[in-house]
Amino acid sequence: MAILGDIARLIRSKNAGPFMLTFDVMFSDDETYRKVLRLKVLTKEVFCKIYNVPEKDVLFFEHDDAKAIKISIPRPYVQCDKDDGDVYGGQQHAPLVEIKIPD
Amino acid sequence: MIETRVLAATGMLGSGFLETSFQRGVSLKPHVIACDSGSTDAGPAHLGGEIPYFNREVIKRDFRLMLLGRNVTNAKLIIGSCGMAGGDWAVDWMRDIAMEIAREEKIHFKLALIKSEQDKNYLYKCLDEKRITSLYPSFDITKKHIEECTHIVGVMGKEPIEQALTMGADVILAGRTTDTSIYATVPIMNGCGEGPSWHAAKILECGTACTIQRKRPDSIFAYIREDHFDIEPLDLDARCTPQSVASHTLYENADPYLIKEPDGTLNTLKSKYEEIDHRTVRVFGSTYEKSDDYTIKIEGAKFGGYQTVIIAGVREPFIIRQVDSWLKNMTDKFKDRVKEMSSGTILENDYDITIKVYGRDGVMGKLEPNKNVLNHELCLLFIITAKSEVNSKKIAKSFAHFALHFPIPEWQGLISGLAFPFSPSEIYKGEVYHFNLNHVVRPSTPLEMFRTEMMEI
Repeated sequence: MAILGDIARLIRSKNAGPFMLTFDVMFSDDETYRKVLRLKVLTKEVFCKIYNVPEKDVLFFEHDDAKAIKISIPRPYVQCDKDDGDVYGGQQHAPLVEIKIPD
Repeated sequence: MIETRVLAATGMLGSGFLETSFQRGVSLKPHVIACDSGSTDAGPAHLGGEIPYFNREVIKRDFRLMLLGRNVTNAKLIIGSCGMAGGDWAVDWMRDIAMEIAREEKIHFKLALIKSEQDKNYLYKCLDEKRITSLYPSFDITKKHIEECTHIVGVMGKEPIEQALTMGADVILAGRTTDTSIYATVPIMNGCGEGPSWHAAKILECGTACTIQRKRPDSIFAYIREDHFDIEPLDLDARCTPQSVASHTLYENADPYLIKEPDGTLNTLKSKYEEIDHRTVRVFGSTYEKSDDYTIKIEGAKFGGYQTVIIAGVREPFIIRQVDSWLKNMTDKFKDRVKEMSSGTILENDYDITIKVYGRDGVMGKLEPNKNVLNHELCLLFIITAKSEVNSKKIAKSFAHFALHFPIPEWQGLISGLAFPFSPSEIYKGEVYHFNLNHVVRPSTPLEMFRTEMMEI
């Protein structure tokens, strides 16, 4: 079974300012992008389950021109506060890479 | 046809660009040569602690080429968010570099310095007048939040830059600036469409980040007109595609379609991305919605103590399987040792020991879905923060020794449970800062929070 990381052009996370974290999942072609949306492998609900965050905190976007899904949440820790381990927020996307894609 | 040509030297001043790319941009006769020099991205230390992000010589290399490029084109040269956090000291730091380059190259220009640090009494007044509100995720602001900050900057929009240009500036060194204002101001002053100007600015501000397969930080060029803009990377081997340009509004923004500026919001929901040739993209349909509610975002950092860190590996399976209880017992017992060694002069709230367990959840913390997976080896990071430098170092030295030999029930006799990679095992890291504001101010005029000085160089 393939994983999302195999079929995406780029999966990344990053700060959107010191208080927000944003995730981009981008595809090379329209067909793969549409397929991922159709299979509902990455929805707001799926994201909340993986990251254990409440749905009310999640902004979820589909961006057709970028062929991308975008998700934003408040940072779990404010950037560089006591328990923050990721100044740029660049390594928070890892669990998305391993989302399984049904054949 | 109204057209403003904009040359973005690179995504961040000091990150570099190919001289050939930049010179190709210069040959296309830009009206503006610009570069962003900062962000909150690298954390609060740059704001709170007056620390520039890049080394002076590295900044000077990029800045010299830009000043020389301006000298032959007569373009306006604009650098925003000097020194990373845009503090007043950083604008002066850049001014000194500009003067040094001017002397060495025998060039002259009219320089504007725009300072963006905020007077606390002004902010207390705004607070009393209910002119400060929180951004999302929101928290209430009190006088104490302002008082605690070592530095507070306002993030300027295009108005202070416009004012400096009207005063005849050739080169502008600005404090904290929205990434987009650096690029959008001149096109808007020239009558280009506001939607295309702000959207082009958003794409330009990260240099070649909007290309497909970005090879390196490099220069990029935009032609901004009334109802569209064209964008092309200046290295002939690099390419923009409709998708790569569309993707860039996602970068570092919570919302991929709406980008907030002090006087309105860029809306890219109806933008259309067209391929002009295999390297150039045209963008139509972006709009700018002006707001009557003029707001300036403020950024502030407060001092959080002095840090010393200890890095240690653990490979022993008995320790790994009980790592949480081992660390908890260790830190609990250590409290008594601190009392003992300081004869009670260091109190519990004078210091903090935070421990990260790498190999489990050191990177993601509470977002980590695989919290229960423990690897065969772990890296522990002990962060000792104290109110004084002396105590930070003193506590860390004693903690390293205490932790090294802290027992587990399985073994009888003295153990050495931590593999330190360094001697001494503790590393003094210095002052620590925290972001303390996520707010906007409603100034009575767009200029009242910023101060401009003009100089002949």
